[in-house]
Amino acid sequence: MLDGPAVAAALRECGVTHVIWVPDTHIGAWEAALVAEPSLRLIRVCREGEAIAVAGGLLLGGKKPIVLIQCTGFFEAGDALRNIVHDMKLPLFLIVGVRSYYAHQQGKTADNCPLFTEPIVQAWQLPYQVFTEQNGTADLVSCYRQAQAENRAGAILLAEGT
Amino acid sequence: MTHQQALEVLAGQRGQRIVITTMGSIAIWPKLSDTPLDFAYIPSSMGQGPALGLGLALAHPERGVIVVNGDGCTLMNLGCLVTMAGNPANLFLIIIDNGLYEVTGGQARPGGSVDFAGLARSAGIERVYQFDTAEAWRARAAEALSGSGPAVICLKVDGKLGQKTPAPPQPMRGQVARLRQALTR
Repeated sequence: MLDGPAVAAALRECGVTHVIWVPDTHIGAWEAALVAEPSLRLIRVCREGEAIAVAGGLLLGGKKPIVLIQCTGFFEAGDALRNIVHDMKLPLFLIVGVRSYYAHQQGKTADNCPLFTEPIVQAWQLPYQVFTEQNGTADLVSCYRQAQAENRAGAILLAEGT
Repeated sequence: MTHQQALEVLAGQRGQRIVITTMGSIAIWPKLSDTPLDFAYIPSSMGQGPALGLGLALAHPERGVIVVNGDGCTLMNLGCLVTMAGNPANLFLIIIDNGLYEVTGGQARPGGSVDFAGLARSAGIERVYQFDTAEAWRARAAEALSGSGPAVICLKVDGKLGQKTPAPPQPMRGQVARLRQALTR
């Protein structure tokens, strides 16, 4: 289970320099911990495609950003992702909250976000791993470091909702 | 003023800053300057030039970044003005306002006469300039590009119909490599 202090500590361990985000209700609860972590700078942007492009600029400049957004914004941000990951070949890393994931698994929601998230991530050819309550910060660190070691983009799809 | 004149003035005042060009400016700028600090953002994600520049400016605050954006692509991501204001960085956004989608042949963009300077001020940018003639831009370019950003400079230029989509001066991979190399020196 990932919470704000644990995520902030994991990002510090990974050497992440900037967090660019448009929060959702789950990731948004991490705000105080991310702000309090001195090794991180939290960049607030207006839209998810913008988050990806800001991260692209930081990567071009030699920094180590991570993008935190919800799947709904990920859907909107496809063109920025295509450009930063596939045109510019930059090792973008994202944590994408999947709204209503657990409710969808149980057939208890009409929310179609979980239905579309993985197919769309696959369509953009973005390597990813689904994180459930069973995953902890060690998995986050491992996932990030593997993407960095392979100089490639990657994403964690964070299961949300009850 | 013409688009060419607008960029000629900029070329004389950009100093050692990174210059990111987008859309119609990519057809002109490489003839004025083609150094490792010049980045033609093509292929691009439409409207994301200012965000890319913000990331670079945050990574290299001592260097400074100038983004030459079109009016159409600025409208595609107007939130960038608020993001610039909320994350102060050494970033200068130049908006080339010709009222057209020039790179697709010259169709009218939405909105008619848009007050980009007013939008920038309303977004919280304190340093905002607007120049409608080459003479006015030439006279105050040094001032507008002095010091540190964020700043927004709106340049009204003549639109041209029938323009072709500009070609990248070199492949993206090469541009990324040379800019990164220049920034690590």
